[in-house]
Amino acid sequence: MGTLNTEPNLPSPDDFYEQLIGAHRDLSDEESALVNAKLVLLLANHVGDPEVLAQALAAAREGVGPQR
Amino acid sequence: MKTYTNPIYPYVRSPDQDAGPVRHPVVVVGAGPIGLAAAIDLAQHGVPVVVLDEDETVSVGSRAICYAKRALEILDRLGVGQRIVDKGVGWNVGRVFFRDALAYRFNLLPEAGHRRPAFVNLQQYWLEEFLVDRASELEDIDLRWSSKVTRATPRGERVELTVDTPDGPYTLHADWLIACDGSRSPVRNMLGLESEGQVFRDRFLIADIHMQSSFPTERWFWFDPPFHPNQSVLLHRQADDVWRIDFQLGWDADPEEEKKPERILPRLRAMLGPDARFEIEWASVYTFQCRRMKSFRHGRVIFAGDAAHLVSPFGARGANSGFQDTDNLAWKLALVLAGKAPQRLLDSYDAERTFAADENLLNSTRATDFITPKSRVSRTFRDAVLELAKKHAFARGLVNSGRLSVPAVLAGSPLNTPDADADFPRGPGAMIPGAPAADAPVRGPRGEWLLDHLGGEFALLAFGDAVPAGEVAALAGAAIPCRVVQVGGGATPGAVRIEDAEGLAARRYDGRVGTVVLLRPDQHVAARWRAFDAMRVRAAIAHATCND
Repeated sequence: MGTLNTEPNLPSPDDFYEQLIGAHRDLSDEESALVNAKLVLLLANHVGDPEVLAQALAAAREGVGPQR
Repeated sequence: MKTYTNPIYPYVRSPDQDAGPVRHPVVVVGAGPIGLAAAIDLAQHGVPVVVLDEDETVSVGSRAICYAKRALEILDRLGVGQRIVDKGVGWNVGRVFFRDALAYRFNLLPEAGHRRPAFVNLQQYWLEEFLVDRASELEDIDLRWSSKVTRATPRGERVELTVDTPDGPYTLHADWLIACDGSRSPVRNMLGLESEGQVFRDRFLIADIHMQSSFPTERWFWFDPPFHPNQSVLLHRQADDVWRIDFQLGWDADPEEEKKPERILPRLRAMLGPDARFEIEWASVYTFQCRRMKSFRHGRVIFAGDAAHLVSPFGARGANSGFQDTDNLAWKLALVLAGKAPQRLLDSYDAERTFAADENLLNSTRATDFITPKSRVSRTFRDAVLELAKKHAFARGLVNSGRLSVPAVLAGSPLNTPDADADFPRGPGAMIPGAPAADAPVRGPRGEWLLDHLGGEFALLAFGDAVPAGEVAALAGAAIPCRVVQVGGGATPGAVRIEDAEGLAARRYDGRVGTVVLLRPDQHVAARWRAFDAMRVRAAIAHATCND
């Protein structure tokens, strides 16, 4: 079982960020939500490791809404 | 209905109505599929059973239509499997559509060498009629129609029942009462017991139509189709060219309005096209619930089927799990009644079947959450999964239009004897203690399938001549008998000898020469060893019957 890597891991952060925002160009909020959901699912499958995914879900939720 | 006429089973006055309260070892309340299965199974174990049903016919409307492989195997043991398969339509393939395109196609039984398909579809009334016919062949079954239980009072070692009939009420005493009286279970209410869980805020229309059609015999499921936007639709074939169509309507739909033909016809026309010729056989609007009783045994009252647990229809886990209830219960109750096992054996029914019910509830709740998303983000993820499924294999595993009924592996059962030999496989499908027995093609005295040679009583499946003839006789002659079913090897007097026609029994049970597998009367594995040892087999049978 792995551990979520939160150290810098993207070779070129600015390039990725631009791509990410670019992927939503010309989309309505609803369409963007769909693209994000597909992206989450694609990446989650790529990661696979349930431990890592659980840590990522917890880290994403941290500080947002009521904490569980 | 055009294709079926409900039989009328006349009320017959029972001699019990002219005697004082008569005591019976077992009374079953409800002559639906589960009550009839309970009665037939007990009668096959030599237990006399009285069955009480308030009605005088079988199911009105098709209701439960998908009978899963394991249920069919149980129904085979009860003597009705073949009639159901002959009358019904078998299917293994399902298709899932999203909007106007196929998302993916699945095959539930990719493996050959099983007698029964993944599912057979048949209207519940046919199944019940076949079960009534079978029950009528058994002298130990006293089936009483138009007999409504109006009071059930536990009185120590028995349950006192008041039964209302066209001739007025009478009193009966039951040593054991099996309540198979459905989701609203009057017996449960009479005992002040509850079934707890959640109601889903959604409504569904079931329409059975009679139609000549070229649709293949497959399960088709649509998410958000053009002909019924934003909702789901399910299409299933039944016997006699009857088709089940299930429309999700949403919570705000008016159930009385939606049942009217003038509301149903446009929905069907939109789906089937303007030229389709069909007639509506039966229609119903329902909501669904996922709940169960905390315990399925309350002293001398035992609950089974929908009375004990209720799931949404997606996954066909209702009737199919009910058959597994009575399959689990009958042999245990027969042993307790014969004085061969203590009453606490029945607590294992509760332990095993509440475990299975929780598995069914979990699967059914998850399917329901996928089919009817409860929030906007849930809907977005659902649609994302369906979009991805068209192109990417990984997403197909996330599509949930109902995880179709498979039997529970009772891996944590208190009746199991854990493996002592470390080299047995333990992965998915392995015959670990608690697993339901896998079928395989064989040649033997009871036919061409392994499961025909197992069940009803304990069986020791032995690969090769692993069990000496003296031990075969000793096992068969014990208070709780166990027959030896020998796969291949030399002749052993007393053993049931079968040949492994395609080598699949050995493969599925990891049977090497010397391997022995102990199976319970309900065809679940109790223990397995790499070598026969009479003491260990006796100990495992004692353990599986709470005699240790």
